[in-house]
Amino acid sequence: MRKYLLRRAVFALGTLIGVSLIIFVVLRILPGDPLVAILGVEGYARLAPADRAHLMHDLGLSDPLPVQYVRWLRDIAAGQLGKSFFRGDTVAELILRRGPISAEIAFLALFVSWLVGLPVGILSALRPNGWADAIARSISVLFIAVPGFWLGLLIVLGLLFWFGYKAPIVIVQLWENPWQNLQIVLGPAVVLGLAQGAYIARMSRSCLLEVIREDYVRTARAKGAVERAVVLHHALPNALLPVVTISGVLLGFVLGGSVAVEQAFGVPGLGRALVTAVVERDIIVVQNLVLLYALIFVAVNVLVDLSYGWLDPRIRY
Amino acid sequence: MDGSALREIGAFGRRNPLSMAGGVVGILVIVIALAAPWIAPRDPLKADFRRMNKPPDAQSYFGTDQVGRDTLSRVIYGARTSLFVAFSAVLLGTTVGSLWGVACGYLGGRFDLLSQRVMEVLQAFPDLILAMAISMAIGTGLPAVIVAIAITRLPFGGRVIRSVALSVREMPYVEAGRAAGASALRVMTLHVLPQCVAPYLVLATTHLGVAIVIEAALGFLGVGVPPPTPTWGNMLADAITALVPQWWLVLFPGAAITVTVLAFNLLGDGIRDTLDPRLSPAVLRLVTGAARASGRPQEATATR
Repeated sequence: MRKYLLRRAVFALGTLIGVSLIIFVVLRILPGDPLVAILGVEGYARLAPADRAHLMHDLGLSDPLPVQYVRWLRDIAAGQLGKSFFRGDTVAELILRRGPISAEIAFLALFVSWLVGLPVGILSALRPNGWADAIARSISVLFIAVPGFWLGLLIVLGLLFWFGYKAPIVIVQLWENPWQNLQIVLGPAVVLGLAQGAYIARMSRSCLLEVIREDYVRTARAKGAVERAVVLHHALPNALLPVVTISGVLLGFVLGGSVAVEQAFGVPGLGRALVTAVVERDIIVVQNLVLLYALIFVAVNVLVDLSYGWLDPRIRY
Repeated sequence: MDGSALREIGAFGRRNPLSMAGGVVGILVIVIALAAPWIAPRDPLKADFRRMNKPPDAQSYFGTDQVGRDTLSRVIYGARTSLFVAFSAVLLGTTVGSLWGVACGYLGGRFDLLSQRVMEVLQAFPDLILAMAISMAIGTGLPAVIVAIAITRLPFGGRVIRSVALSVREMPYVEAGRAAGASALRVMTLHVLPQCVAPYLVLATTHLGVAIVIEAALGFLGVGVPPPTPTWGNMLADAITALVPQWWLVLFPGAAITVTVLAFNLLGDGIRDTLDPRLSPAVLRLVTGAARASGRPQEATATR
């Protein structure tokens, strides 16, 4: 077990180094001078060449690329993520202030997806091809197709139109004002959760149907167990493994999707910070935030792998 | 198209009525996109300051936007850009990814090992975030958006087709080709590649919907195809610049995205069931010997 953990961690670290390399290469092949992006064409033209060189030096952009890359990794290790070009605050402050809101959205979305997806999947599997199954499957097909940010816009508009309600758009942390905080995160979480719930329902249905066919389930039925007990106590635990896996994969959707959904709801989370930074071409912020998103994604997938052993004791590492 | 092809399509439709419907809607959207100049009632770029922010009425069925452009025409023209980007991106990404996958599976060794790591790294990014970063880096034009989305599709083609190539490589006829002295390139293109066509088609159709959503999201976030080109995502982005967005400016472009994605997803499901029997639940049921006559799996009848 410990050996497996170690190997997994080394692997993940390797992936992350690859990730950081790709981010770095992609962002440094940016066409055009970063100074033009920061100062605008006019501001750039007004600067004397010496000033330009000076400014580039101050930003640390005039060193050779490998030097810049190594410095970036060193700064990360030291916990210093650099500063935004446009705003005074450091990237670390940005993450600490906005991160909790996005994290809440992600966890709540995960919760909603299981809360909705699992019962629907079980219900579908109990009477496959029945009318409830048909309805559940059509709705999940629909929710997989609907773009979350559009659904979010519709919800925002609907609430405004019919109830004159608008969620607060300031940053309110959970520990400051739980009620206001909930109003901010609930919308994005529900939208993201429903889309994932559709996948969860699909997956749990097909896995349950597969497990229900196994001999030990027949044995349970033969000894006279009630159908509900057979499904919930005998079949379900074994059907959950792939559902957990897909939940990990789905987190990628949540992370990516939350960027657009936060924009739709006007939630001041990390995703919106990333969008703003991309639009403003704020390289330092973009490179660190993208790395953070990839880091979370990789970490979750490691956790999912580790949870196998706990969910299915037959699996030994 | 001869009779047998029509019969084939008819049989597909009977087996997968929903996928058939998806296919019909998908083709309809493609036709609308191609025929946009003849169908659209107005110029999608022409502002009309006498008719700004009008709700849907007899003159413009989907209403007009903040500068009086006709929403219906913009949705129709938007189909052009959105579909063009999605099709090109999937074609590019899946094709390159698949060829890469064939090479990995067939050649194996260090090349395969290295390629697998690269694909893992690419898959470590959430799709939309990778596409955003790439399209930011290479500039926000139409080609940039296509390349950005295509790169996010690479690892999927690579992984799936690699596994196909791995199994095909061990087949006697491929071995025979090798024994006859054919070069690796010749064996790959003439013997391994044809086996990968079916999974390639499945991959391409199932990723169309994803590509459309990513394109729309990029447009919505302001890093997609630059305005004033109408795309469904750009229209949504335009709509929310207003303090109180007009409902018709939000409803119609988003509905267009949803209908199109739904259509291609349904079609993709049907094509997967038909071409890749290993993945199809129907075949799984056959293999496991569930009741076929009733059309219902056995356990369902047992519960009654």
